Amino acid sequence: MISLQHYLALGAILFAIGVVGVLTRRNAILILMAIELMLNGVNITLIAFARHAGNLTGQIFVLFIITVAAAEAAVGLALVIALFRGRDTLNVDEIHLLKW
Amino acid sequence: MELRFPEYDLGLLAPMLILVITGLVVLLADTFGRRRASGDRSFLAYLSLLGLLLTFYANSRLSGVVAAPFHGLLAIDAVAVFFNYVFLASSMLVVLMSISYGARHSMNVGEYYGLILFSTLGMMLMAAGGDLMTIFLGVEILSLNLYVLAGFLRGQARSNEAAMKYFLLGAFATGFLLYGISFLYGATGTTNLKAMGGFLKAAPAGNVSALLYVGMGLLIVGFGFKVTAVPFHMYTPDVYEGAPTSITAFLSAGPKAAGFAALVRVFSFALEGLHADWWGAFWLIAALTMTLGNILAIVQANIKRMLAYSSIAHAGYVLVALVASGGVGGAQRLGVSSVLFYTLAYTFFNLGAFAVVVAMGRGDRDQVGLADYAGLGYRRPWLALVMALFMVSLAGIPPTAGFVGKFVVFKSALNAGFVWLTIIAVLNSVVAVFYYLRVIVIMYMREPAAEMQAEAAGASFSGSLVIALILAVLGTLDLGLFPSRYLDLALRSVQALLG
Repeated sequence: MISLQHYLALGAILFAIGVVGVLTRRNAILILMAIELMLNGVNITLIAFARHAGNLTGQIFVLFIITVAAAEAAVGLALVIALFRGRDTLNVDEIHLLKW
Repeated sequence: MELRFPEYDLGLLAPMLILVITGLVVLLADTFGRRRASGDRSFLAYLSLLGLLLTFYANSRLSGVVAAPFHGLLAIDAVAVFFNYVFLASSMLVVLMSISYGARHSMNVGEYYGLILFSTLGMMLMAAGGDLMTIFLGVEILSLNLYVLAGFLRGQARSNEAAMKYFLLGAFATGFLLYGISFLYGATGTTNLKAMGGFLKAAPAGNVSALLYVGMGLLIVGFGFKVTAVPFHMYTPDVYEGAPTSITAFLSAGPKAAGFAALVRVFSFALEGLHADWWGAFWLIAALTMTLGNILAIVQANIKRMLAYSSIAHAGYVLVALVASGGVGGAQRLGVSSVLFYTLAYTFFNLGAFAVVVAMGRGDRDQVGLADYAGLGYRRPWLALVMALFMVSLAGIPPTAGFVGKFVVFKSALNAGFVWLTIIAVLNSVVAVFYYLRVIVIMYMREPAAEMQAEAAGASFSGSLVIALILAVLGTLDLGLFPSRYLDLALRSVQALLG
């Protein structure tokens, strides 16, 4: 029997993998992918809670998140292209005109 | 099957609808206007201004309304209306200062003004969020526009870099915000803020799910990023330095106020019952934000970076009011109304300071080193005078808006019993006086470099920039000399919500 906890654990693991990915990857596109992974962890958590609470709010929320994530990817990749044209690199360690 | 359309009063949405329509019209006007040969695109800015003025009017028609249309997804009430004024003031000032800046950097195009209008819509959604879903959508509509605006100078590596950093960290913070929302939803079974508040009131004291606390923590991370609270501020100086100056000004005023609006909605109102549990986290963040912001601002040699750190410090002052917005009786009213007043006041004098930075630019070169301001008092006496006024206001010296803002914030903190936090805040404002007054000293008491002196003759203002400066000066002085009208409005706005 798969219970609420199992889904929450899966969501938490996905979210954690995403966070670790953002912190350890140095390529901007891979960081973007890790962020998408975090959002998918959130989606699983929301759907599990929606099932648990017995209302649809969580599922509707997930639809919004998927939509926003698509828009975010579009903007993000456009920025990646703009950056790559000028610098020929996507390594965030080499992007340091402005000191962090 | 019968389709029934629910009856909604679109008048409640009028400000948002006008903004969307104006944004689209601006985009189309740019596309179709391009056929004509004339290169001047400043009419797009005036079109945007017209839209913002109409929105201002529509917003003023909403005063006194308390409604929760669309099944409580939106909360149109006095607090939302007050914040809308703040957003509109900041957007108008930014559009005014963008006209000459955009012409110099050849970025006076429809997208620029369209994005500003759409991000204003995002802010309004955040302030009028009756549901975590609306607040999330507001955050994203705002942020996605801002990422692009920060990188608007496509040819400049610095601008690209600022946009990339802003985007990666912003999206990262959004992940935390959403994870927090999912936990709040799991703990209470609803994302509606009103229902959430009702759930907490009904729950037996001290017996709420641990999920709620995890969710609150994650929300603090997500919103802390938006309002540039320490330790989520790391991106701020880089993004503020790299972004076009007019956008830096925008970032420091409107979006931050929107972040505070969302914080007020979620923490001061919906989660007010848990004030005893969340004030500690905000206390620590407020103290860190003020202290770090002020100390790091001292060592900056670039005025955009200095103002970035100064804006972090000011976010700390607003957080002090947020800490005080709950607990003992009447604290909620005072705390939230000081958040409202401070964000309004800060919009005027901070955008004024940035308008001066914009006015200092020459050609496609911005003069952003503090050394560029040497001898400004003789080279351009009027510009130096207004800059001095804004610095005095940022430092919180009477008779300016900055003083009254700090005064009401500290008073609300004392009233709620946060004596130590108030002491830290007062000490911080003393430290801050040093670096703000240093700008004045540099302007009036230091000899400019030789090549600067030669430049003085060619100095000129563009008309729109002068209007922006005058509006900012009037706002700063009006809120400083006659604050009672605005304080009353802020208090009544919060009172209308508490009933």
